[in-house]
Amino acid sequence: MQRIYLDHAATTYTRPEVKKAIMPFFEENFGNPGSFHSIGLEAKKALLEARKKIASILNCEPEEIIFTGSGTESCNLAIKGVAFALRKKGKHIITQKTEHHAVLHPCEWLEKEFGFEITYLDVDRFGIVDLRQLENAIRKDTILISIMYANNEIGTIQPIKKIAAIAKKHKVLFHTDACQAAGLEEIDVKKLGVDLMTINGSKIYALKGTGLLFAKKSTPLMPLIHGGSQEFGKRAGTENVAGIVGLATALELAQKERFKEAKRLSALRDYLIKNLLKKIPKSILQGHSKKRLPNNAAISFLDVEGEAILLYLDREGICASTGSACTSSSLEPSHVILATGMPYEIAHGNIRFSLGKKTTKKEIDFVIKKLPKIIEKLRKLSPVELSKKEVGL
Amino acid sequence: MKQGFKPDVIGNEGWFYSEKVKDHFFNPRNIFKSKAEAKKYKADGIGTIGSPICGDVMKLWIKVDKKTDRIKECKFQTFGCASAIASTSMLTVMATEKGGMKLDKALKLTPKDIMERLGGLPERKVHCSVLGDKALREAINDYFRKTRQFERISGEGTKIIDKALKITNKDIEEAVLEGAKTFEEIQKMTKIGIQDKNCIPETKRLIKYYREKHFGKN
Repeated sequence: MQRIYLDHAATTYTRPEVKKAIMPFFEENFGNPGSFHSIGLEAKKALLEARKKIASILNCEPEEIIFTGSGTESCNLAIKGVAFALRKKGKHIITQKTEHHAVLHPCEWLEKEFGFEITYLDVDRFGIVDLRQLENAIRKDTILISIMYANNEIGTIQPIKKIAAIAKKHKVLFHTDACQAAGLEEIDVKKLGVDLMTINGSKIYALKGTGLLFAKKSTPLMPLIHGGSQEFGKRAGTENVAGIVGLATALELAQKERFKEAKRLSALRDYLIKNLLKKIPKSILQGHSKKRLPNNAAISFLDVEGEAILLYLDREGICASTGSACTSSSLEPSHVILATGMPYEIAHGNIRFSLGKKTTKKEIDFVIKKLPKIIEKLRKLSPVELSKKEVGL
Repeated sequence: MKQGFKPDVIGNEGWFYSEKVKDHFFNPRNIFKSKAEAKKYKADGIGTIGSPICGDVMKLWIKVDKKTDRIKECKFQTFGCASAIASTSMLTVMATEKGGMKLDKALKLTPKDIMERLGGLPERKVHCSVLGDKALREAINDYFRKTRQFERISGEGTKIIDKALKITNKDIEEAVLEGAKTFEEIQKMTKIGIQDKNCIPETKRLIKYYREKHFGKN
């Protein structure tokens, strides 16, 4: 059976160029960059080159890049690192409701265990933060603003440059979680105006377990992991040289290809959305129609449940994702869709397709052919018959 | 959890469901061909449980053989995930097989009985998706009402446990079915025992009782 992978927002495959670039770092160039012999120095050289390469892509200094083990770790380092470093200055952090748990949970932890105050900004129907609410939320003791670049579930892109300008005006640090955006959007930190930015490898065709945090030179940051002096004392532990080389390779290729690829994917995305909305009654697009990631199509279907749809899709070889309660451990449906003001009935029936480099029109056509039949079958089986009006749409 | 409850973890093409669950999910038994057929269906009793807000709704239609007091037909509709659909489908099979289940026996069906027949379910799926037995009791009670057998309607003997908050044994059973395992978890869900401290020992006893009733002994 052919398999159609439309879950690139969960993770991507490792692209061949990355595989090729990292191969020498297993058996030949396996050294510890901290060692003072030729094998160690070779590893150190590779690490330096990767760091320089990424610095030139992000338009920053090599010393401003801290390699980590994941996007989640980078977000934790940004939030807890700043919070602990600046706790004497203030204990107020601003974030927003549709953030990834990698941001929300560290914030909640700081709130509960260390007496920080967190403001969770609202989003509108499309998942976009209100800039006026943001500016009003800033206080004298605000030490950090953390707002994601693009949402992982509904693909909404936030006005990062404008948020950065507001943060700068009030002299508050600004972190953005750019995990979903790094492969297809602008990531020049000077153009964006961010102080901290999280990127990970597993969404951009590099390895899982790789990530980085850009932190502007003057940013006070307390390390989370103590030990050796690696990563400028900000993240102890022997560097994952192969992973870092792969990350640099993937980021370089992604940024080189991004305009062309974003254009191709946006066209496919819009084709998928348009056809599904047309062919399936009582279907609703989540997120913004234009301010969205080129590879994200998130759609809710009334009267049916997401996990059931997902399993029927999987039987056809189509791999997608859902924010349904039934696939979460908390048994609560997606906090993202609920934050956009959607009722629970809709949050339960949401499916996310996230496209990737190998996605073809033929694959999208297959989804367009199969999904309406699946929804029809499940609806026939469902005792629920809601109208869009009943759920306030 | 009891041996039979262990989910048929992974293996099956990486899913968390057993082959039997998948079979009943992809090929649900005792369903209507269309919504129109469901509307026209002349049932002796109908029962519905759940809400689309929670993510699960089960609706059952039964036909009863009045002479033998057995379920002749049992049809269903389910809004919910794979385990919700599969467990309701299995329930309809159990209710109608071998000449149909006696109503008195059908009233006593538990989620545990259904799960065993399905070859287990992932643990976190159990409390939210196996509600079909309740819908069946509703349908049977509906039949009793329609046939004026009022003395047979089962009230499930509700008794107030927490006198301050009027929390009943049924509320505790609900909380257990929703996944609560300890007194603290139930207190978090219901606020039981915060004011009326006298009810704590009785509550703990009931938690143990309902956990065994629905999920078996450890």
